[in-house]
Amino acid sequence: MSRSAPTPRSDRIASVVAPIVLGIAFLALWQWFVVARDIKPFLLPKPTAIWSEFWDSFANIRKATRVTATNAFFGLVAGSIGGAVTALVANRFRRVGEMLTPLAAAANAIPIVALAAIFGRMFDSTTETPRRLVVLLVVFFPVFINVLRGLREVEPVHLELMRSLAASPTAVSRRVRLPNAIPFFLTGLRVASALCVIAALVSEYFVGQQNGLGPKIAGAAKGSSNYPLAWAFVVAACALGVAFYLVAILLERVALPWRRGPSR
Amino acid sequence: MSESASEAAGVSDVVVPATVSVIGADMVFNRGRPNEVVALRDIDLDVADGEFVSLIGPSGCGKSTLLRLVGNLLEPTAGTITVNGKPASRARLDQDYGMAFQQAGLFDWRTVARNIELPLELRGVDKADRRARALELLELVKLGDFADHRPWELSGGMQQRVAIARALASRPGLLLMDEPFGALDEMTREHMQAELIRICAELGTTVIFVTHSIPEAVYLSDRVVVMSPRPGRITDHIDVKIGDRNDDTREASEFFEKITEVREALRGIERDLGGLGVDDR
Repeated sequence: MSRSAPTPRSDRIASVVAPIVLGIAFLALWQWFVVARDIKPFLLPKPTAIWSEFWDSFANIRKATRVTATNAFFGLVAGSIGGAVTALVANRFRRVGEMLTPLAAAANAIPIVALAAIFGRMFDSTTETPRRLVVLLVVFFPVFINVLRGLREVEPVHLELMRSLAASPTAVSRRVRLPNAIPFFLTGLRVASALCVIAALVSEYFVGQQNGLGPKIAGAAKGSSNYPLAWAFVVAACALGVAFYLVAILLERVALPWRRGPSR
Repeated sequence: MSESASEAAGVSDVVVPATVSVIGADMVFNRGRPNEVVALRDIDLDVADGEFVSLIGPSGCGKSTLLRLVGNLLEPTAGTITVNGKPASRARLDQDYGMAFQQAGLFDWRTVARNIELPLELRGVDKADRRARALELLELVKLGDFADHRPWELSGGMQQRVAIARALASRPGLLLMDEPFGALDEMTREHMQAELIRICAELGTTVIFVTHSIPEAVYLSDRVVVMSPRPGRITDHIDVKIGDRNDDTREASEFFEKITEVREALRGIERDLGGLGVDDR
């Protein structure tokens, strides 16, 4: 016991402080590089310029971020529900599963850029619907695949036990397969939460009104050549992506109290 | 249904005589295909009420398969298997036996008590009765303070005790155990063996116990059934009449004599096969 590991508390502080220190050092290096080499703003603006632009245009940025966040959120919710329900059906009916899995994989291989333009034609492009559909499709696949794995990859000993207890197939689904799939679902959701913001941004760029972060970044860079502003929008997009990811991780912690310790 | 089930969970319930009879059982996997395996051939086995029988033999002798036939987890390709005078499938549906495996197989998402309640839950026993029975069983396996813990908070030996408590939940007269102590360290293992003997004596449970440890088989059993592989068959029945088991048993000369007897029966098999595979500990 003399070689005790660092306490969890100091561990946690280190894990927060280290990336912050690295981040500040990186920004300082960036600032120094731009100033020292006299880099033009259209190539790379100074972090301080981006920072002041961020606060000057804060109201605009907030509005655009809200649009993108809403699109990402609705797409994420609909896609997760769709993916999970489809996985349940695919698991219940083997034939359906055999048909659906390659289809889902094929759908996942479609570039979202192409989808955005097509959905813009199919649905009213002045609404947010086509954009949310793109997010839905992007989210669908990781959730579907993960939930299906969770439903199928059940411990053999659990299945033998349930058979020895004369459990009905319904009881096996409810008491073994579904709870087993919950951590898998949340893993899928974590992957999807990282994808949904990107999907929302790209789809906004290709279809619909000029209101989300996607078109704003493009507009600031191409239209008005205000590069610090374009970067300020990028910062907002980045923060939004991180926020979605953090919420997904938080959800995993809250929903899986039994996963806090080593399993078995 | 739920009324009779709650009655079954009542404290004053008397365990019905539990007997097992296997007649001419064959088990062939992948029959008719190139990878056909004859796991068991012409097995006859009778287990009397209250008897503790161990199945021992080198790996591949089909001891686990035989246990699964009795539990109706597998259907034999030939022969009949009777538990408590009924077909094995009926006995499974009636929950005439409880089963424990090498892995405890507890559900992480359930507390310890709710893991034990599972068999009763499946039979529709109401919540209060289930909980009462789980607490009673936790006392029996000496884990009274752990009802609301999660399985992963328990050591391997404690998890296995929970698994045994779960197997006993619906008061089966018969316990089927597949190397339940195989993954435990030696000290825990001996402790668990003593606990199992105490519990089975208390409840009058009939046990079929698969193991590959000779001392374990001798210590626990009234009778050790020795099996041989390729194809799996029974080669010997060794009665172990060495009186009540206690801490001194493990040092008694009769204990060592029986160990030697079982070992020699297994050596006979190994001579025929030219292989090892039985744990001498």
